[in-house]
Amino acid sequence: MAEYLIKNGHVFDPVQGIKGDKADVAIKDGKIVDKVGSSAKVIDAKGMTVMAGAVEIHSHIAGPKVNLGRIYRPEDKLFSCTPTHGMERMGGGASIPTTFKTGYEYAKMGYTTAMEAAMPPLFSRHVHEEIRDTPIIDEGAYPVLGNNWFVLEYLRNHEVENTAAYIAWLLKVTKGYAVKVVNPGGTEAWAWGLNCLSIHDPVPYFDITPAQIVRGLIEANEYLGLPHSMHIHPNDLGNPGCYQTTLDTLALAEGLKTHNKFGREQVMHLTHTQFHSYKGTNWADFESGAKEVTDYVNAHKNITIDTGNVTLDETTTMTADGPFEHHLTGLNHLKWANVDVELETAAGVVPYIYSPNISVCAIQWAIGLEIPLMMKDGMRCYITTDHPNAGPFTRYPRVFKWLMSTKAREAQINAFKHKDKVLSQTSIGSLDREITFYELAQMTRAGPAKSLGLSAICGGLKPGMEADVAVYNIDPDKPIANPDDIEKAFSRCAAVFKSGVQVVSNGEIVSNGHKRTLWVDVKTKENAQVKRDISEKFVKYYSVTQNNYEALGHHFVPNPFAIEVDATQV
Amino acid sequence: MTKTITLNLISGRSIQQGVAIEGGKEKADYRTAAGIIELDRADLKELGIWINTNVRVTSAYGSVIVKAIETTQGPHPGVAFIPMGPWANSIVNPNTYSTGMPTFKGTPVTVEVAANEPVLLGIELVQKLCGVKSA
Amino acid sequence: MTKTITDVICPFCGTLCDDVEVIVSDDGKKLLEVNNACVIGTEKFLHSQAKDRVTRPRMHQEDGSWKEVSYDEAVEYTAQMLAKARKPLMYGWSSTNCEAQSVGNEIAELSRACCDNTAAVCHGTTLIALQDEGLPSCTLGEVKNRADRVIFWGCNPAHAHPRHMSRYSIFPRGFFTGKGQMSRKLIVVDPRTTDTAKMADIHLQVEQGRDYELLNALRVALRGEWLPDEVAGISAEKIREAADILKSGRFGIIFFGMGVTQSISKNHNIDEAIALTKDLNEHTKFSIMPMRGHYNVTGSGEVFAWQFGFPYAVDLTRGFARYNPGDTSSIDLLTRGEIDAMFTIGSDPGAHFPISAVKPIANLPSVCIDPHLTPTSGVSKLHVPVAFNGVETGGNCYRMDNVPIDCRKVVEPPEGMLTDEQFLTKVRDRLKELKGVA
Repeated sequence: MAEYLIKNGHVFDPVQGIKGDKADVAIKDGKIVDKVGSSAKVIDAKGMTVMAGAVEIHSHIAGPKVNLGRIYRPEDKLFSCTPTHGMERMGGGASIPTTFKTGYEYAKMGYTTAMEAAMPPLFSRHVHEEIRDTPIIDEGAYPVLGNNWFVLEYLRNHEVENTAAYIAWLLKVTKGYAVKVVNPGGTEAWAWGLNCLSIHDPVPYFDITPAQIVRGLIEANEYLGLPHSMHIHPNDLGNPGCYQTTLDTLALAEGLKTHNKFGREQVMHLTHTQFHSYKGTNWADFESGAKEVTDYVNAHKNITIDTGNVTLDETTTMTADGPFEHHLTGLNHLKWANVDVELETAAGVVPYIYSPNISVCAIQWAIGLEIPLMMKDGMRCYITTDHPNAGPFTRYPRVFKWLMSTKAREAQINAFKHKDKVLSQTSIGSLDREITFYELAQMTRAGPAKSLGLSAICGGLKPGMEADVAVYNIDPDKPIANPDDIEKAFSRCAAVFKSGVQVVSNGEIVSNGHKRTLWVDVKTKENAQVKRDISEKFVKYYSVTQNNYEALGHHFVPNPFAIEVDATQV
Repeated sequence: MTKTITLNLISGRSIQQGVAIEGGKEKADYRTAAGIIELDRADLKELGIWINTNVRVTSAYGSVIVKAIETTQGPHPGVAFIPMGPWANSIVNPNTYSTGMPTFKGTPVTVEVAANEPVLLGIELVQKLCGVKSA
Repeated sequence: MTKTITDVICPFCGTLCDDVEVIVSDDGKKLLEVNNACVIGTEKFLHSQAKDRVTRPRMHQEDGSWKEVSYDEAVEYTAQMLAKARKPLMYGWSSTNCEAQSVGNEIAELSRACCDNTAAVCHGTTLIALQDEGLPSCTLGEVKNRADRVIFWGCNPAHAHPRHMSRYSIFPRGFFTGKGQMSRKLIVVDPRTTDTAKMADIHLQVEQGRDYELLNALRVALRGEWLPDEVAGISAEKIREAADILKSGRFGIIFFGMGVTQSISKNHNIDEAIALTKDLNEHTKFSIMPMRGHYNVTGSGEVFAWQFGFPYAVDLTRGFARYNPGDTSSIDLLTRGEIDAMFTIGSDPGAHFPISAVKPIANLPSVCIDPHLTPTSGVSKLHVPVAFNGVETGGNCYRMDNVPIDCRKVVEPPEGMLTDEQFLTKVRDRLKELKGVA
């Protein structure tokens, strides 16, 4: 493999505590190294910013509901098609780009790892087929477990060990990465057209509450010592007043400690926090609950969060929170797709237009920015748009601009039709913090990598780590005259390396890299009961046989990267 | 003078047609399964024919010889059924009306006795209509 | 000695049964017996063993005879044809696996082809309606475990999806449906008294082509508004009775088929069926699902969608993907005479397109990739027989509810035969050479 030396760039690396110092980054055999030989290819990064490749912790980019979005929204392709070009296959789609376009767009922005945030286990083969067709970036996928019948039945009796054994089996057969929970209990209730809006609403028939599910899954996750923590989308998403349910959910982690060998410190990851930080009692008195939620998270070190920033675009919402999407189609009257998945989960898809002329959308925008601006520790708060729910991931550079420049925020606030409402219902107008390059590297690289248990592998530039490097054409030492320069620089990298291969040069794709699928391989003690329960459920209730369930073979996971966990000694 | 009746033609799957396409479309069994028209007893009576009589079915889009049989999925007077396949497709309404989908169901047709004309094999029929030589 | 292979997937219809057992000879070369499959599926497995099967590519000669050619010659003809064509149509894809579809899409991109699958003559209008209205749906296991109201509208699973009713929709005993058929009310809407209709609690014998009116009347009845005495041949009383049954259930499902997709009104019939489903969700839980025909037509739509953004009728001639059914759809392209080369794989337009859309194929450079002899192969210039997908090679497929199931290989194909994927890979590589692409 070619050796590279990225010279004279301003390096930001929270892993080593480097805050913009001029330093060289050397690459050899796919890894960051101390030094390389004189034949190494030199990339001149003078006056540029150098960071590790960015890590996406929560995005919907592969699988059945994403593709349902593509299928049922031909209008999303209007004006967004890209022709076959050099190394690039043709692409299309703005809020739900095709797989090829997804890979290219992430790479061009300097992202080298991304996590698909909700994989219905029964559809894992589909998720993996799309992951295979998404070039360059390493990807993993989180199987959804918060409404899974095995989990509901085991945790009803607080059988943590059995739950853990089931999770280990499921991660193996679905090639999954982490334990994802979406509207715990509520999605099962949705199979009867119902919902669970608080953590104490009982789940119909199963005689369990969301609180028991959440607490039990944290315990099972820590019993196994998985790389990532339980990753939750709580009950009551998106409703005025939901912040209280969010605080109730966060409190379930109180006193719980992590147990893992990956350097992860949290036991719960709260995702798209913006959607869960609403105060008020209706859409008229709707206001921000960002302070209450971030105050709690700031005070509790065993929690990490991501933001879910609204980007003010037309987009496509999609979530395993089936009842929410039904609620949403009732609000905006746009087309509604739903898929209930036997024994496991559901999903809904509804287009949404975050209009700057609608006060609620503008307030959502402000809440999304308040959260990272109020979080004290960039290592525990990560930037996402919950792609495509709050906006497409391709808008990250714009979100960075808003976070890094009060001037940019003011310009946007002034452009809102209901500016006064935004200022009265949120505190965005009084926040003068500007996220620094270093904090940005925490929030998009080192932080998410640590939360995912990947801190030894990616998210930093320490020798020995994967050579995932992004070079941005922006000089952090120079005052930024126009905030749009931030957006421009972060949109198209000067250079990107993925595992030591240069994949982007001057904003163009120059290699399709060696994309890997990340999954977690857990070894557990033999558990005869769980084995029997699994086989019984397939015989009686699934519509496929157990032997036809596993995502197996070259076609689905051609280039696996298994993270091994030994839970046999627990 | 031969008697002619007017019916509403639909086409669709039958299990015999399904078996026959998997058994081989070059075979006579395919013709037996799909080179037929299923008529209601009342329509057979009106036409004045026995079952298993060959008939000519004609629409604005073409004409084809098939064997008339009595429907087992009736009664459906006024509706005729030819299993999906080249025989039905010789006469169905091909217009898609800008949807991409031909109008396979609901083609007005006339049916008349053609006792002495042969029902062609599936591949043979398409080759003939397309002017393709077969050896 | 023989070997029994279990959990085999049946490559016939969109029901995609995955519990078939196949007994093969010890050397894995002969398929002897098929258990659990329906009569059509059994025939499909057994026909692969036919002695008179064509095992090498053949070129149609001037005098109507066929001349055997090598696979390499077939690759050359196909690649040259696609390289020269300005607007080739690559049609079919529904009876092959997703791996082959993927390679096919690369070829289509290289040759700037129009690509389409059998949704063109099947559920294309469903896809249009889905784009208008959305689609509240579920997996088939949900129906098995929960459904107490089942409607078959314009479909006849007793003939077209023979095991659908026993595996998922009428008979099975699921988690909340322990009494099987007794747990469920069945309504069938069909202008004929089909073998499915004969099992129904209520058969609404709709006037052919009046589905839209009847669907709309059911929505009216749900709202308790005024109805005329009769709609689409059904009395108001019966419509109200049906509406009451639907809304009194706990979990309902509408399965629909060609009766609504191919009758006049087309996608608007389905718009209305989806709207009815949404309305029912104000009263109880309701889903709707198209009864997809070919075993992997759904997969073709999925692969098209994640690679090009659209599920069928994709036109790549401008170098990026366009989609406009009625314009970029196969039947229209052919009848308008816009196509200058025809590539068919895993389907039989010769038998299943209206004859006016078949005639142009006979006059074009054309390739038909199909293990069977078909009307399409009969009018094509080159016929390339391949291994039976799902019997002689495996590969991923998508069931009618979009659940992916990986097919199994159960026997070896005849000596020297290529699979779809292998043949297409050779075509792709040759086409790249011809186009000078690395």
